[in-house]
Amino acid sequence: MELDFVLSREEARSTGKRELTYDLVIIGGGPAGLTAAVYAARKTLKILLISKDLGGQVLLTLEIENYMGYQYIEGRELVNKFKEQVTHFSIDQEIGEEVEKLDKEGEIFSILTRGGKKFRGRTAIIASGKRSRSLNVPGERRLIGRGVSYCSVCDAPFFEGKDVAVIGGGNSAFEAALDLVRITPKICLIDIASTWMADPVLVEQIEREKKVTSFQGHRVKEIKGDDRVEGITIEPLDGGKTRSLSVQGVFIEIGLVPNSEFARSLVKLNEAGEIVVDCASRTNIPGLFAAGDVSSVPEKQIIIAAGEGAKATLTAYQYLLRSR
Amino acid sequence: MALLKDDVKNEVREKFKKLTGQVRLVNFTQKLECHHCEETRRLTEEIASLSPKISSEVYNFALDKEKSQEYKIDKIPAIVVEGEKDYGIRFFGIPGGYEFNSLISSIIEVSARSTDLSSESKEKIGKIDRSVHVQVFVTLTCPYCPGAVEMAHKLALESGYITSDMIESAEFPHLVSKYGVMGVPKVVINEEFGFEGALPEASFVEEVIKAYESTKEAKG
Repeated sequence: MELDFVLSREEARSTGKRELTYDLVIIGGGPAGLTAAVYAARKTLKILLISKDLGGQVLLTLEIENYMGYQYIEGRELVNKFKEQVTHFSIDQEIGEEVEKLDKEGEIFSILTRGGKKFRGRTAIIASGKRSRSLNVPGERRLIGRGVSYCSVCDAPFFEGKDVAVIGGGNSAFEAALDLVRITPKICLIDIASTWMADPVLVEQIEREKKVTSFQGHRVKEIKGDDRVEGITIEPLDGGKTRSLSVQGVFIEIGLVPNSEFARSLVKLNEAGEIVVDCASRTNIPGLFAAGDVSSVPEKQIIIAAGEGAKATLTAYQYLLRSR
Repeated sequence: MALLKDDVKNEVREKFKKLTGQVRLVNFTQKLECHHCEETRRLTEEIASLSPKISSEVYNFALDKEKSQEYKIDKIPAIVVEGEKDYGIRFFGIPGGYEFNSLISSIIEVSARSTDLSSESKEKIGKIDRSVHVQVFVTLTCPYCPGAVEMAHKLALESGYITSDMIESAEFPHLVSKYGVMGVPKVVINEEFGFEGALPEASFVEEVIKAYESTKEAKG
């Protein structure tokens, strides 16, 4: 492997002012949040950006071939471009912070961070994105880091020569399987759906691999092992017999869940936990908007998130004009 | 040919503009039988060339025995990041890939001689009065790992009793099997304690305190 040196991590930064009531507080620093910030800065609003990192899920994306303006760009490179555009403006930032609770007190939103800081805003945009979904089966939590992994690029090297299971049927599951196929003798690819969600190019590649055995329409019932993963139990949805597979690794790539817990008691969520928005990014709470993967807008794409972020700010701006 | 590309160098130079105190990178290496020894030495020297505040020294692990012992180096390649004193901050294996972030951050914080840990965390680790050794296992392709390494190094900088190592898993397979590493980041504290995954500051500190209290008697 060629050695490279990646500068991607944001240093923690705290320029938020607790005494101020901001015009707009943006929660999240992915494509939606950063675009929202640029649009707000151009409207000369007083804004605060709170985020765990700058870049969000794009930081974890290797190659991007569908963001307009770039035929091909690496995720972290695109994030750098976003950052350059944001740092062009003076924007108060709390980077390295996560939001614990979002509330509305009278007409003002109050934001409490994990670090115990409290900020206020006349409007807020939630753009906090999504994170990996877990299976919620016995053994899963206990065996994290002991054979259960949610990051195949991180952990694949530890499974050289070992039999593994990959759970999921989308692009990330197939990419994980393709990554693992080079180093493992046997891969069981297990998905609850009866047809693959992954792009046909990936499916064709996997179907050519003799090491991969597919179990479509199967549910994972349990991950077994005391100190290490020793196997999994799967069951076909059509009522067939439960079976045990002997594997030492389980890579879980079954999609994402929205980071909306901190707003759960305030705003309306849909069944998937996404914040419900209308076509102008408005939630059911006046002055509160949502954009990107955390919102109910269909299709999770960088370019869609960015566009939604812009729209949310413009709607928030109209709201501020009217309420003054 | 240089290891670092020009655009990366420029970005690092920019970050290093705010360095205040002197930082010394002490590299331990040897000519043979070490996978990334040569690259690690070159990286050390290239980084040092990016700021007048940074100096570098290179020692041969086998020949400069006294220095190896003084810095308690038991494996190579190793980089010590120190200020006017040794804070116990170590990188074992090359800090490439995402770990490059950890190296740069530790240089910046050692230069400032202070961290951005919360006052609660500082107060808690201020009570530690016996050695605590934190080892953070990483892979170079793990975007979550620098968070754990940086946290461990911050604790080492703040406490004279805490030492912390980044350990690049591919370079030290015997340690991977000794500690049963199957996912990263994995944090090992005082040999027998630890946790899997990246934790936020307060929980990380909590784990360190727990390990410290459990080993207090035995070591005391």
